[in-house]
Amino acid sequence: MSPSPSSARLHVVTGKGGTGKTTVAAALALALAADGRTVLLVETEGRQGIAQLFDTAPLPYEERRVAVARGGGEVKALAIDVEEALLEYLDMFYNLRRAGRALRKMGAIDFATAIAPGLRDVLITGKIKEAVTRRQDGRPVYDAVVVDAPPTGRITRFLGVTGEMSQLARSGPIKTQSDGVMAVLKSPQTAVHLVTILEDMPVQETADAIDELHKAGLPIGSVIVNLVTEPVLPPDGLARAAGDGLTGADLAPALAAAHLPADGGIADALAAQTVEHARRWMAQDALRHDVEALGRPTVELPLLTGPMDLGSLFELAGRLEEHLLAADVAA
Amino acid sequence: MTAPAGRPRPQAPALDLGALIEDRETRIVVCCGAGGVGKTTTSAALALAAAEAGRSVVVLTIDPARRLAQSLGLTELDNEPRRVDVPGAAGELHAMMLDMKRTFDDIVAAHSTPERAQAILDNPFYQTLSSSFSGTQEYMAMEKLGQLRASDQWDLIIVDTPPSRSALDFLDAPNRMSRFLDGTMIRLLMAPSRAGFKFASAGFLLFSRIVSKILGGQLLRDISAFVAALDTMFGGFRERATATYELLRRPGTSFVVVASPEPDALREASYFVDRLSADEMPLAGLVVNRTHPPATAALSATRAAAAAEEVLEAGGPDAPLAAAALRVHAERMTLAAREQHLADRFTSAHPEVAVRTVPAAAGDVHDLDGLRTMAAALTGADADTPTGTPRTRILPARRS
Repeated sequence: MSPSPSSARLHVVTGKGGTGKTTVAAALALALAADGRTVLLVETEGRQGIAQLFDTAPLPYEERRVAVARGGGEVKALAIDVEEALLEYLDMFYNLRRAGRALRKMGAIDFATAIAPGLRDVLITGKIKEAVTRRQDGRPVYDAVVVDAPPTGRITRFLGVTGEMSQLARSGPIKTQSDGVMAVLKSPQTAVHLVTILEDMPVQETADAIDELHKAGLPIGSVIVNLVTEPVLPPDGLARAAGDGLTGADLAPALAAAHLPADGGIADALAAQTVEHARRWMAQDALRHDVEALGRPTVELPLLTGPMDLGSLFELAGRLEEHLLAADVAA
Repeated sequence: MTAPAGRPRPQAPALDLGALIEDRETRIVVCCGAGGVGKTTTSAALALAAAEAGRSVVVLTIDPARRLAQSLGLTELDNEPRRVDVPGAAGELHAMMLDMKRTFDDIVAAHSTPERAQAILDNPFYQTLSSSFSGTQEYMAMEKLGQLRASDQWDLIIVDTPPSRSALDFLDAPNRMSRFLDGTMIRLLMAPSRAGFKFASAGFLLFSRIVSKILGGQLLRDISAFVAALDTMFGGFRERATATYELLRRPGTSFVVVASPEPDALREASYFVDRLSADEMPLAGLVVNRTHPPATAALSATRAAAAAEEVLEAGGPDAPLAAAALRVHAERMTLAAREQHLADRFTSAHPEVAVRTVPAAAGDVHDLDGLRTMAAALTGADADTPTGTPRTRILPARRS
């Protein structure tokens, strides 16, 4: 087996809503699974986005193969169900699965997962740590674990929640367990990747999240700029349209060759759209400086037209693989 | 080519937000939807439109982008509404940003004696719960909404909902609170701090064994002390939670579901619409935000792509630019068709839900002018667009 494209084993993918973090997480899992590796892709928000992406039935709380990658690699997916995770936790650590059923009747599960919603995050990060550290026959079961994590606004709290718990519980098993989770999350085998698009707010949120993660001592990975478009206009046209603008009259002579419908306004409409396109693209391009200023390894993923299918995921995976290899060499 | 015979596609009814916010009977508008679809901006734009229509309105935002907050004068996080200066408005616009910890602290202070309140505020479990556990935001947003409504200081309240895991969290918060307060759990948690074995059922013994085993005795004591201290306010809590929930079902409240023209956001919108109807909550309609209508629909994507080639073949100094303009249009038509298709799918499933599409702004909305432009797109007459395509749609309906 060739060396993994990344030295990290736990990849946490976050991003502002609408930036496509689930798609990026799935593509990253495919990239890491290439050359016969086994990767677990974890869904934390119960939206079944992974099942939709891989076009399979909704995922149960069970590690199930969703894709095969180059060289016999495979991606398994797990949608974490908080109730089930709690029962499993009780069973695993305290041999209390049946007691768990009783607790459910008493409303304790409601309490755990709803009223103290932080416990939800504790359970999820606990489950993630378990998957990362699980071993069989002397080697890790998963070469890598990729997490489709909560959005940037909640990521530091999500990852730090066990730290909070361990402060609350100054002794006892929760303390031990929480410390174990934090040890994995803060170790060099973890990388938190941030997905953004070239728009003001997502870039700003990415910067804020990097600050917060840094302060919390959580290891930051790459910035992934998603949904990147190429300008349709030639460079000089771009500058002209974005600068002084363009009118229908400017385009009309050249358009005459195409014998477009005579009902007026088409040339004007085309000019207006072209100016909008050029200005939007220039504004996006300007944001590349802000992304660069974040000081993280960065990769751009193109906006793919058409529905997102396995083929598109592999295309994105290819780009991520190249990036991880390059970033790891640089690091 | 003839269209295949069959039922005509259902046409979504037009969503008249202008009439909704001008109607004096409308007292609360709740904007909800998936994260990243522009709920906050939509809330702020509707509030601005309402103030300009002469209403005295307060907009409760949860987590506004910094520059939008600044444009609304929300530089201080003081958890109280602040007046926003809107030159020329007939009404008044107030805005506030929710501070969840402070809202929680205020409830505690208002419902207990000073000593008891201090005991709660100092409790480590409370401090974590009130400031850093996700989910608290939903409760506190509902609480603040109840407070604003009770003060009767504004004739319209517009609420932006928290960026939750799911839009439904917002709706579930008060119910969960009540369910919790009525549950066995709460009595069990209080038990250790009370003398005697009043609740020492088999269930309790099992429970306390598990809890102290898992949580450790000290955390259990903190939680118990917290719950016991809250004991006196429980009645109040439950009443308020129920009252706020009922408030949402009363005439005078309207929900506006916001989505972007993306599969995930529209799926979330679909869940939400189903849920509102199951809970008998009044839905005004769906805002499909950030659409990309073309500047003209008279030229199809295919035709534009072909024309681009013809223009290039003919040559001339401006041919590359004109060809690019045609390709920009072809892309735009394809994108608009995709967005319209997604909106149609939503309407097929929910033919009764009124729809308004709002074109994407050129940049971020971060000042009053930007909000005004958005407000016009939200509240303008349905047919009043440059291309004549009704605002219910992104592309004109195909003539059959």
